Amino acid sequence: MSTATLDPLKLAGSKAKGKRPWFLENPDTERVMNITLALMQEVAVIRERMDTVERLLDRDGVVTREAIETFEPSKEEADERGYWMQEYIARCLRILQQDREAIARGKEDSSEDVADEFAKVD
Amino acid sequence: MADAERDPRPDPIEYDGPPDYRVVGRHGVYPETSHDEIARFNFLAQMNRHLSTKVMPGVAEAFDARIEPARKKAKKGAYKTRHEVRKDLVQDPMFQWWSAMRRATMETRQQAGRWVTIRQADALNGKVRTLTEGDPRLVLNADFKQPRSTDAIDHHCMPGSYHTELVPGDVTGPANYDAGIFATTGGMLGRYNDGGGVAVAQWVQKNLPDFQPKRILDLGAGLGHNVLPIAAAFPDAEVIAVDAGAPMLRYGLARAKTMGIENVTFIQGDVSDLKDMFEDESFDWVQSTMFLHETSYKTMPMIFAETQRLLKPGGIVLHVEQPQYSDDMPLFEQAMRDWDAFYNNEPFWTKMHEVDLDAWMETAGFDRETLIHGGVAAVVDPEVFPEAAEDTEQEDYGRKAAWHVIGARKEG
Repeated sequence: MSTATLDPLKLAGSKAKGKRPWFLENPDTERVMNITLALMQEVAVIRERMDTVERLLDRDGVVTREAIETFEPSKEEADERGYWMQEYIARCLRILQQDREAIARGKEDSSEDVADEFAKVD
Repeated sequence: MADAERDPRPDPIEYDGPPDYRVVGRHGVYPETSHDEIARFNFLAQMNRHLSTKVMPGVAEAFDARIEPARKKAKKGAYKTRHEVRKDLVQDPMFQWWSAMRRATMETRQQAGRWVTIRQADALNGKVRTLTEGDPRLVLNADFKQPRSTDAIDHHCMPGSYHTELVPGDVTGPANYDAGIFATTGGMLGRYNDGGGVAVAQWVQKNLPDFQPKRILDLGAGLGHNVLPIAAAFPDAEVIAVDAGAPMLRYGLARAKTMGIENVTFIQGDVSDLKDMFEDESFDWVQSTMFLHETSYKTMPMIFAETQRLLKPGGIVLHVEQPQYSDDMPLFEQAMRDWDAFYNNEPFWTKMHEVDLDAWMETAGFDRETLIHGGVAAVVDPEVFPEAAEDTEQEDYGRKAAWHVIGARKEG
């Protein structure tokens, strides 16, 4: 049990003063999106930790909790990790990339449209 | 090329993104961060960067491809105000999803920073108390009443805003602000979040080479991150940082001391009325950096008038802000710049940015001929941090670390 004055479990996620704006058509969808993004964050955290462990094992052949906590990636290592994070986010948010590409393409045929077209004998 | 000659290594990566959080400058009261807490900030910095460079452009694309055309089709005529644009934007899924994720990322960033600081509140508060107790450079007012402009709503979704103390002597708020700006800006403000202040100091040294201020006042100083570079650039000057939030000032003095900057005094006060605190013509330089948008229509003219009263003849006032909305700025851009006003708890942001600042400065008593206009971009260590001035990919309406300067030199 913590003897600290303040309870971070209770206070970290406090709501800011001021009515919250909601953006999606259905607030429940936005709630699920918020939970999904939080999970996405936590997967990124686990991945960074695994990467740290792997690099420590490569370097030292052994890993300790203290070594994980004090690990400092070189510029090159940090860039590799940053690049992985970019790839990861792009992977998770693929559907929005495709929404943008759909806007750029304008009106497109659906497979159903094309199926009808291909089934015509004239 | 034959297979045997192929380079077995993967293609080299060209990484262009936020640096690892571990490059932040750790002064003496910086909160400790565990491996996973750092990883969380890394994710958030990357998420913000992704949203601004990969998702937000889709809003402009949707506007051009379907939102504006739909309005034309409905024969509603051209948009007359940015608010009309925004009312159409909020109906579009691209704006909705970008906004929902941006808001979620802001809230998550607060949670991440609050976790870090509140879990070590006793240690942090104790460290700051030891550094500031009995120091005459910290002047707090126990009877101070928060102005409505700081109390009505928690600015940028930061629970408790700048002034709330969870326990007496609490500094978890400012420590959270300090530790998390990296994630919000993707590292654009540099190691000590002071890229704005460094830019202002350099701008003054370059544009006013003969200016040797002896007494400098910083308005709405927060935890002092923007005034410390000014204090460092003019080490013989007496610098006074005023803010409404006691925790910010307390943390600010402790932070400055551990960074070896000793010429700043932190005073709690309402910057729209400093008559009881400072005499007429008692400062050479009055500065505000990204502060005006956190005031109000009522107080901003009072602040301008105070700067005129406080300046010595020949002294300068400089306000650093995001660019004003002008007729030259497309209504779409204005609407996007209003995002923080309506969706990130910056309520004065929208009105503040339509003010004719030159006219307001004139009303405050500055001659139009003495007005100063300029632009600054965050000055950071380019080896480590992304440079706003070089960053053409990211516009990010209102978040980019590049600002306008409006000011005046008092005649005399």
